Amino acid sequence: MSIIELLNRITGARNTSANSACSRLRMVLAHDRSDLSPAILDQMRLEIMEVVSKYLELDHSGSELSLETEERSTALVANLPIRRVRKVVR
Amino acid sequence: MAQLPSSDSATHIDALKSHNCRSIVLCSGKGGVGKTTLTANLGIALAKLGHKTCVVDADYGLRNLDLLLGLESRIVFTAQEVISGSCRLGQALVKHKHETNLMLMPAGNPRMLDWFNPEHMRNLVTMLADGFDFILIDAPAGVEDGFKNAVAGANEAILVVNPEISSVRDADRVAGLLSSQGAFDLIQLVVNRVRPRMVEKLDMLSIEDVLDILAVPLLGVVQEDEQVIVASNLGEPLALGNHNSPAAVAYGNIARRIQGEDIPIPDINAKPAGFMDRLSDFLSTKII
Repeated sequence: MSIIELLNRITGARNTSANSACSRLRMVLAHDRSDLSPAILDQMRLEIMEVVSKYLELDHSGSELSLETEERSTALVANLPIRRVRKVVR
Repeated sequence: MAQLPSSDSATHIDALKSHNCRSIVLCSGKGGVGKTTLTANLGIALAKLGHKTCVVDADYGLRNLDLLLGLESRIVFTAQEVISGSCRLGQALVKHKHETNLMLMPAGNPRMLDWFNPEHMRNLVTMLADGFDFILIDAPAGVEDGFKNAVAGANEAILVVNPEISSVRDADRVAGLLSSQGAFDLIQLVVNRVRPRMVEKLDMLSIEDVLDILAVPLLGVVQEDEQVIVASNLGEPLALGNHNSPAAVAYGNIARRIQGEDIPIPDINAKPAGFMDRLSDFLSTKII
């Protein structure tokens, strides 16, 4: 860590403009590369939750589905907070 | 146009292979990142290394390669007359004033945009392959027809990017288009107009950031350099003289890497200049 980074950390100004450029780029490129619109992504999220809800009780407000990108490959990442496990009727 | 031998996509590749000629397109998606400047300088630098080199201005809408090379007053015929068969190839090629290994194939007038197609570019490259070791094609900005024409004649690509958010995004789109074409033996990246001071202060994407995001192999790094503007004012690309300004050195190194030399890409660390720079250096000192 350098002095400027330490100062940034103390003053809370941790986010440098290069860092925010990087994270904004990753976000936008994931969408560019997959060509998925936010609307389709949201529809997917609802359908996935419908399936998962058969087995688990989910926290609907906290769930999110996003695209993440690394090394020219893109991953679909779902974050579905669980309230509790349903007793599955076999 | 009837006089020309028709060449499908395989023929120009065959011509390039059989004449041991490499046809490299320089593209970026975004405008203003330094494609034309890089084309002019790499053309000069490769010619200085002894390679017969032809720079092709494929930016028919907004041609400028002639101006940067200082050849604007020597153009008689252009690619337009060559393609339409109203002049021979050699009549259109403009020899550089000082660097005799370098020739320019000038762009025709903007009306070429209406009829010029990838087939024409492949024909042009097939004709040029005979007399040159390297063909450098300066692509227009954008990803539309002009871009598609420019890339049609190449078997290698240099993607030019600035460490700047919109340029990286556009370069990613172009990289995707190039790799989906599948016609390229090699796609490499030049990070252009880097400001080391800003990178140091974490106010500019670093080379590592750009490489990490684009995942295209790095061919070279060129610093932002005021001398580039002086050089274009004069129509004498930096690579022409024996300048030791950062960009001039970088152009020479890139040309040598293109011809296969293993030259390491140096870390861009600017030397401290004034008080503010020294203060900034002090603040950047590693303490942990």
